[in-house]
Amino acid sequence: MASPAHDPLLEVEDLQIELVTQRGVVRAVDGVSFTVGHGETVTLIGESGSGKSTTAMGVLRLLPEGLAVLSGAARIGGEDVVADPDAARRARGRTVSLIPQDPMTALSPVHTVGRQLGDALRLRHPGLSRAEARERGTDLMDQVRISKPETRWKAYPHQFSGGMLQRILIAIALAAEPQLLVADEPTSALDATVQAGVLDLLMDLQERTGVGMLMITHDLGVARLVSDRIHVMQEGRFVESGPAEQIVERPEHAYTRRLLAAVPGLGPWDEDGLADDNTPLGAAR
Amino acid sequence: MSQPTAAHQDAFLTVEGLVVDYPTPAGPVRAVDHVAFSVPRGGSLAVVGESGCGKSTLARAIVRLLKPASGRIVLDGTDLATLTERRLRPLRRRVQMVFQDPYGSLDPHLTAEEIVAEPLRLAGVKDKAERHRRAGELLDRVGLPSSALHRRPAEFSGGQRQRIGIARALASEPDLLVCDEATSALDVSVQAQVLDLLRELQTETGITYIVIAHHLGVVREISTDIVVLKAGRVVESGPTAAVLASPTDPYTRALRRAALDPTAIRGLKPRAAAAPTAAALSSEGTGT
Repeated sequence: MASPAHDPLLEVEDLQIELVTQRGVVRAVDGVSFTVGHGETVTLIGESGSGKSTTAMGVLRLLPEGLAVLSGAARIGGEDVVADPDAARRARGRTVSLIPQDPMTALSPVHTVGRQLGDALRLRHPGLSRAEARERGTDLMDQVRISKPETRWKAYPHQFSGGMLQRILIAIALAAEPQLLVADEPTSALDATVQAGVLDLLMDLQERTGVGMLMITHDLGVARLVSDRIHVMQEGRFVESGPAEQIVERPEHAYTRRLLAAVPGLGPWDEDGLADDNTPLGAAR
Repeated sequence: MSQPTAAHQDAFLTVEGLVVDYPTPAGPVRAVDHVAFSVPRGGSLAVVGESGCGKSTLARAIVRLLKPASGRIVLDGTDLATLTERRLRPLRRRVQMVFQDPYGSLDPHLTAEEIVAEPLRLAGVKDKAERHRRAGELLDRVGLPSSALHRRPAEFSGGQRQRIGIARALASEPDLLVCDEATSALDVSVQAQVLDLLRELQTETGITYIVIAHHLGVVREISTDIVVLKAGRVVESGPTAAVLASPTDPYTRALRRAALDPTAIRGLKPRAAAAPTAAALSSEGTGT
């Protein structure tokens, strides 16, 4: 597997995660290894139960203590969070942030988005005054393309649409000024048009700030669009790994081929752009 | 707005001027606004649009879980829109629905066999053994093993539950099946299996489908005609292949552009594939 020239932001080696359930111990993640470097997006793709979210939550040490047993190594900025859970605690909200899946439930309904964004800012910069937090916060809201941020600072989550809430969550994640973003199905709850806006925003942020991203998704279209590398996960293992183009255009593993074949295609269309004119009907080059 | 392809006389279902209002403290909200379309017998019509466009409300009105404010829903010559519940009841068997949520739409206390046998009992199949036999056949038809008969919903995966929902809908031998996002909660491989099943059933029985979906790829697989809804109104309609290959309304084009087909994406992290819609979307931030 190709690794970036400089030290990776995240380096996972032979990670295993066993979950204690009522029916006994389940090995949800069975020895996966991958890296995420600066400016890179690495995607774990798989169907429900494949272990992709468990991998991400394990790397952040957000799985319930005592019910999840980790082994192997996961180094964030060089510190192994498997050996030392405190290292994960130090990294979260500083070097690494999570963009959670469901924008409707991830925020507190009884606090304004300004309060919640301000809290995230002051976690990173404890000395910040209320006014300074507000200034930075509205700037972040502007960055995630929320219009009229000064007015909306005082609004509650129910006053926003799903797409706007997802962008608020991205703003909160960015408050940490992270080097690494972990995005767990960040657009799965959104309409396709809104999803496109959020994905474009994430790619724009990466171009401007060089943030690394670990993306979790079940959607091959999303994975193909945003990723440098894709790891295809099934039953806790990577069955295929490689550059995004290779995984989609020349899949080698039968499971990857099955997944691709199951995606309902859209066929060609008279898009005015330049993107569609090179290969006929998506045939492999 | 182009007319639906089928002429009205051989239409199995014709919807005309359909209006559904929801009462709110601030006055009625018009969720479906003068919608019209028709579907031939054995045809398959998709209704697409973003969340909040009124597509689920339209589905609920067609199966008369809601009473429309005005308009006609003519099924095989009978207008369902104005019928009283008593007059409607004998017709309900003919129009069935598969719901979006495979977790919330099955009674958790009943076994799969009981769930599927219930409509048979309501349809007047008095012999218990006969009901069991038919329920078993239906569950087999949707691809569930015979060991599934005596298990309850909690013991099934999402895809299996959706199959039970389909088997239950089929139990009353409907002429029209309304599928409201029937595959959107499913993994892509399971979704493909359910779509295959729906296609096979249509070939075998000649059933008519109305498919509510937001995923254009799903719509392309399962429908012959399409209606695009925006804010309760039809903005475009026509044969699915033609509308998806060359959409004319700007809203349909935005939907089409936003649909990510992995095999159609070229280059590494091509922001251009998402950017045009992102620009078109700045209007999304109008709430609050």
